[in-house]
Amino acid sequence: MSYFKEIFVGGLSLIEGMAVTVRRLFQPLVTVQYPRKKIPLSSAYRGHIELKIFEDTGTHKCIVCLSCEKTCPSGVIQVEGVKMKEKGPKTATNYVIDFSKCSLCGLCVEICPTQTLQYSREYELVGETRSDCVIDCLARLAKQVEKKEMETGRQLGQGDGDGNV
Amino acid sequence: MSEGLLGSEWFRLILGLLIVLGFASLNALFLVWLERKVAGHIQLRPGPMEVGPHGLLQTIMDAIKLMGKELILPAKADRKLFFLAPVLVFMPVLVGFLVLPFGPSMIIRDMNLGVLLVFAFSTFTVLAILAGGWASNNKYALLGAIRSVAQNVAYEIPLLLAVMSVVLMVHSLSFSEIVTSQKSVWFVFVQPIACLIYLISATAETNRAPFDIPEAESELVAGFHTEYSGMGFGLFFLAEYTNMFIVCAVATSLFFGGWNGLFGISLGIPGVFWFLFKTYALIFILMWVRWTFPRVRFDQLMNFSWKVMIPLSLANLVVTAIVLKLI
Amino acid sequence: MAEQDNTQEYRRIYTLNLGPQHPSTHGVLRILLDLDGEYIVKADPVIGYGHRGHEKMGENRQYKQFLPNASRLDYLSGMLFNHGFVLAVEKLVGIEVPERAKYIRVIASELNRISSHLLWFGTYIMDLGGFTPFLYAFDDREQILDILDSVSGSRLTYSYCRFGGVTRDVDYKFIDMTRAFLKRMETRWADYDDLVTKNIIFIHRTRGVGIIDEELARQYGVTGPNLRACGVGFDVRRSEPYEVYDRLDFEVPTGSSGDALDRYYVRFKEMQQSCRIIDQALDQLPGGDFLTKKVPQKLAPPKGEVYAAFESARGLSAFYLVSDGSPGPYRCHIRVPSFGNLNVLSEVLPGTLVADAISILGSIDVVIPEIDR
Repeated sequence: MSYFKEIFVGGLSLIEGMAVTVRRLFQPLVTVQYPRKKIPLSSAYRGHIELKIFEDTGTHKCIVCLSCEKTCPSGVIQVEGVKMKEKGPKTATNYVIDFSKCSLCGLCVEICPTQTLQYSREYELVGETRSDCVIDCLARLAKQVEKKEMETGRQLGQGDGDGNV
Repeated sequence: MSEGLLGSEWFRLILGLLIVLGFASLNALFLVWLERKVAGHIQLRPGPMEVGPHGLLQTIMDAIKLMGKELILPAKADRKLFFLAPVLVFMPVLVGFLVLPFGPSMIIRDMNLGVLLVFAFSTFTVLAILAGGWASNNKYALLGAIRSVAQNVAYEIPLLLAVMSVVLMVHSLSFSEIVTSQKSVWFVFVQPIACLIYLISATAETNRAPFDIPEAESELVAGFHTEYSGMGFGLFFLAEYTNMFIVCAVATSLFFGGWNGLFGISLGIPGVFWFLFKTYALIFILMWVRWTFPRVRFDQLMNFSWKVMIPLSLANLVVTAIVLKLI
Repeated sequence: MAEQDNTQEYRRIYTLNLGPQHPSTHGVLRILLDLDGEYIVKADPVIGYGHRGHEKMGENRQYKQFLPNASRLDYLSGMLFNHGFVLAVEKLVGIEVPERAKYIRVIASELNRISSHLLWFGTYIMDLGGFTPFLYAFDDREQILDILDSVSGSRLTYSYCRFGGVTRDVDYKFIDMTRAFLKRMETRWADYDDLVTKNIIFIHRTRGVGIIDEELARQYGVTGPNLRACGVGFDVRRSEPYEVYDRLDFEVPTGSSGDALDRYYVRFKEMQQSCRIIDQALDQLPGGDFLTKKVPQKLAPPKGEVYAAFESARGLSAFYLVSDGSPGPYRCHIRVPSFGNLNVLSEVLPGTLVADAISILGSIDVVIPEIDR
């Protein structure tokens, strides 16, 4: 008797399973055809780091304290700078990151004393050699400033422009 | 014998052959696309969308790609058998198209042994699989081929016993007679168990999930067609879909009324559309089953056949015979 | 027959290599199988293909610089390991964590546990041959990844927890998304039941397969759902509660026979209990700080050692840190559950069919990079 019961119950379970799949057949699709349609990024998305543009100076506030370079676990950041005036902090002349080693931990963003680092929202990065992964943040900042000035039609940075906090 | 449609027997035969080849190829191309779309939509994704509108040209491009690949012959493999196996899998299946009743007078050759012909020629696949597995000179391909042979032989028996139940009722092995005797009521209502047994055995015969141990990346053994590349693999693939069509067409003719409408009501639609619609509905059910269930383990598969399917189909046959004797 | 055995080397048992590259072993695992026909006579797992040197990296880095490494040990429980490491350091230094941060960490960890179990569920059924539940599970998992992405910025390897709290506060959007997810999952359990749990083919492939009895589990150090399926109700969240688990009401599901089907049931019910935990934690979420401000940038913990255990998705995991007063650990050892779980295979596999080996391996839920660290 249990022979027939097992066949019957087993068969019924298979039909129930098939009902689940056929119901999904008529539900809307959850995938998106990527290059033709893109999903918006979340607000907290972590791309590679970039220098922030401050409203009062129109540029970054990096004082070349080298905290980010020392705190990075993977040795991603390289900063160099010179003193622009006799009294005052240094300004960065070279800010380069090697994104091929970055693990997006965010320690550099948190430790910066002038809050000059932020996450970018880049995710469509393509490179063909190792050197393509090296990003020059100052050049990137200059491009962004130029783009912003063209869009708004006014010069950024009405402050004294020497990087004083 | 039915009247020749256009007079000359030879003309009818050659025309039929060309139609069969064309239909079989188009059918295989369409079924591959349909399988990928059905699989996609069950899995909440669209399936092929890029090549052609909604991916319609995908199969043709895949076939062209397969034709362009190198035909690799493994070292110390049996050359003749190795290249014969895919051909042996594909060709005999085409013979089955000769006797399928597409419409009231649309049978290429209405033989009085039609059912026997179809099943005799579809058994060739077993030989071809064994030939392919043996000729590959690969111990895992051989194991896969052996398993496939055991599975096919085991499920052939309930398949034929289920068909015998229908043949007993009609007293004939000819397809057109079986279909005409379902004018008023389809045999699925008279013999539901036989229909179910037939469909399950047909799934096992065509090596489709959940019985697809020989061909899926089944755990260790990679299947009998591991060593095949390019068009050899393509032929195995096409043969599977053509086999699926034949098996569902036979099921339609034997159990679902062939070209008859439901309970004799045909709604003015010609019989050939009823036939095709029912066949493709059964094929859709086969695909639906494939994407729902996990695979059955090999010893459980054999147990299922020998301990469940064969006793049930034998019992069904005996009951049919007794009932026919009494009425 | 006897003469034939003497004249030629007739070896009935042959060796098969379930190699490092295989679609069904989860990671680079190699198992050397001795087969007699279809039955396994001896099974020998070989590990070490994924060694990345995390413990050595721990010695060369400061405590906060090890945070990205912690997530990458068991990448499917990234948040759980991140949480665990932070707990270990807080215990070593003696940092107080605000209440709100504790609740947030517990919610994120439990979400991670559900996503890990969903992935296990999908890949296990896929190993057995059913390709569709994999995609349904990933659809649900995508919701969790979106939730965690909205608050931490990453989908798989989170560096969300810090010593003394978390990096970002959660807002109403996170709470709404989590509640919507919980509501959605309530309808899903019935679907998965119909599609997989009651399915006779699935039951036949997992019932009575790969039985681990309690004594064997204790000898090999099996923990997590594998141990609970044998009948032992050991869960670190219940026996040594950390964070706020002692204030939350949840059950620890156990099985009875220790076969693959019981392991499946235990993980399934664990997912449901995690949903219950998240629900209660969201109700009890207090206001306040999300990060304590008293933590110095360069930690200089006192000399000593700490062993902090937590329940990751696979079992009992722990960080063992030895400090000699410098800003980085002198020794950082990580106890991973998959090591014990995997080695029990050498006792369980002999006597089973080859086709069952994949089923057993899948049901134990190992992540190989975690073993090799």
